[in-house]
Amino acid sequence: MNGHLHTISVLVEDRPGVLTRIAGLFAARGFNIDSLAVGPTESRGVSRMTIVVNVEDKPLEQVTKQLNKLVNVIKILEHDQGAAVERELMLVKVRSEGDNRPRIMEIADVFRVNVVDVTQGTLTLEASGKPEKLEALLGLLREFGVVELSRTGRVALGRGDRGIKDRTLKVASDA
Amino acid sequence: MTMKGADAVLKALEQEGVEVVFGIPGGASMPIYDPLVDRSPIRHVLCRHEQGAGHAAEGYAWATGKVGVCMATSGPGATNLVTPLADAKMDSVPIVAITGQVPTPVVGNDAFQEADITGITMPITKHNFLVKDPAEIVETVREAFHIASTGRPGPVLIDLPKDVLQADVEYVWPEKVALPGYRPTTKGNNRQVSEAVKLILAAKRPVLYVGGGVIKANATDELRHLAELGDLPVVTTLMARGAFPDSHELCLGMPGMHGVYTAVTAMQRADLLVALGSRFDDRVTGKLTAFAPDAKIVHVDIDPAEIGKNRVADVPIVGDCRDVISKMITELRKRQGDAGAPDRSEWLATLKGWQTKYPLRYAQNGDALKPQYCVERLRSFADDDTILVSGVGQHQMYAAQYWRFERPRHWINSGGLGTMGFAVPAAMGAKAGQPDKRVVAIDGDGCFQMTAQELATSNTERIPFITAILNNGYLGMVRQWQELFFDERYSGVYLNPDVPDYVKLAEAYGAVGLRVETPEEVDATIEKAYAIEDRSVVIDFRVDPREGVFPMVPAGSSNDDIILGPEFAPHETPGEAPIV
Repeated sequence: MNGHLHTISVLVEDRPGVLTRIAGLFAARGFNIDSLAVGPTESRGVSRMTIVVNVEDKPLEQVTKQLNKLVNVIKILEHDQGAAVERELMLVKVRSEGDNRPRIMEIADVFRVNVVDVTQGTLTLEASGKPEKLEALLGLLREFGVVELSRTGRVALGRGDRGIKDRTLKVASDA
Repeated sequence: MTMKGADAVLKALEQEGVEVVFGIPGGASMPIYDPLVDRSPIRHVLCRHEQGAGHAAEGYAWATGKVGVCMATSGPGATNLVTPLADAKMDSVPIVAITGQVPTPVVGNDAFQEADITGITMPITKHNFLVKDPAEIVETVREAFHIASTGRPGPVLIDLPKDVLQADVEYVWPEKVALPGYRPTTKGNNRQVSEAVKLILAAKRPVLYVGGGVIKANATDELRHLAELGDLPVVTTLMARGAFPDSHELCLGMPGMHGVYTAVTAMQRADLLVALGSRFDDRVTGKLTAFAPDAKIVHVDIDPAEIGKNRVADVPIVGDCRDVISKMITELRKRQGDAGAPDRSEWLATLKGWQTKYPLRYAQNGDALKPQYCVERLRSFADDDTILVSGVGQHQMYAAQYWRFERPRHWINSGGLGTMGFAVPAAMGAKAGQPDKRVVAIDGDGCFQMTAQELATSNTERIPFITAILNNGYLGMVRQWQELFFDERYSGVYLNPDVPDYVKLAEAYGAVGLRVETPEEVDATIEKAYAIEDRSVVIDFRVDPREGVFPMVPAGSSNDDIILGPEFAPHETPGEAPIV
């Protein structure tokens, strides 16, 4: 995996414009986002963003410090390699003509992914897992022709105790 | 208590202690203006351009230490605030901007005078708010002032749709500010402080590198105490002029691109830089990789993102400068004991030698009126309590170099953004905040024409100040760069010193206009100008257009390659500079 990529989790107040603030900050400061996923958390009024940052040009420390300055950012957690569960969901539509179909189905089976749509000329697969697994799957599917691809971006949770503590969330949602 | 949203805004401003608001009304902000008719505690100063209102709020904030407030209507009114907001962001000036917005049902509809001002100002404010729920007006004002004035100060914008201003709201003043994501670190870490003090004690060639943060933190008394206790020489950056008295024997003056030789070179040769509320800006460091190569770095800043941004710190300390410097004093006193500061006589003697050998210097030859001379004379007739404001360019550098600064909050300029046109409105704002002090704006002819309309405001609202235009008929700083780096090919820089006629223009604005063409006229004219207190004065100093700002470190060069200027003979050039 690319050593320049770091995964961070960012807890933010669920307010209009927060995504713009973060995206704008990345653009203005010249930080590169590899992927960004956002959704609600277990606490009302708090959203969680998982951002994969490419830190080839700027140190990760600058990214997190600048993010921390945003008033709507509550907490940031940097995930160490291997210390977090990281997953991504992918929908991929593959051209499937004649003899191809069984071979694609076989690959789907090996990777334990679901076929969610079948038409005369295409098969759509739903895959989730580590980014490496999705890349491997895609590599195999390319030979058949990928018609369309949609990926969610990575989401992550620290393993065991390595997480964003309950207390932070409570403070945030009480506010 | 139930009231209209607009009344709630004003009442909340009152509770925040606001005395004066600089602004211009318009369709969307009219509801705020109606109750101003009856509500006396807040003075509204009607400006002639929203940019003027914004810079006036900055000048007020600089001069008083309080939050400055400006107000504009939606659309073009709001977009005219963009430059002052960006300026306040770069220079960490606490201001709150209140803008009217089109009614919520038509927000996003390209309504008349609609602009997405929260979207536009996101990167140039510390934070901003679009208030859609009238019930959130009061807490938003409270939060805005809290954010603007605490931590690293900065501009905050509140956008208020017209229907929100007209809605009925229950006025409840929130006792606490609830911002879960905003908790600035103000207390410096004790262990780090003692690490810093150990470095100070071990240093042979220490320099305190003082920035605007020391003034923001009201830490100038502590700074002086620390410098004297440790026998530590001080440089004050453009943003920190006056944070340490220029007359003090430990003061080396201003470092940077147009800094004095001793301040620039002291940093280059230092074995320890203690950065206090300064941010290793490119105008100070020159070529970063060649900056202060032998120095260990102690970096104190309230903004953690500044630490390590440009230069790695050996001892980083996040905290308010007043808190941290106080702790340093305690620790240093404890460790120094009765012995006092380590012997730094060799270093201090070296610095003294440079000061004697390489002072600021300009030639008063012939009849030419030199801009530096004008600044010196303006200073010599002024007391230490005079507030000096400047625009951006050569005149700003002459002012920063040749004015003697003795007190904090008596020097106001646009540093980070470098906003031409800053001086006139900022001077007006400073005078509004400090009506008993004399305010002098040193401006360039290029700058002056960008915001001169606020002279009308100043004379209508009786907020008088003196503007000294160093009129060389050019965009002088650009001209200087073209002279030095573009083979004297002057392009787009000639303004014409006679048009407009600045004396007549001043008179048209209800001000007194005076003109100085020779060195002999300088003193009498300044005395005359300083005697006028009931209205603004403009002095048109016709200065030598060939004069340049020196010393100079060309952009991108090492500070070691400082150019002293034409007044120094070849054998005196910096190549000869002694190295400790």
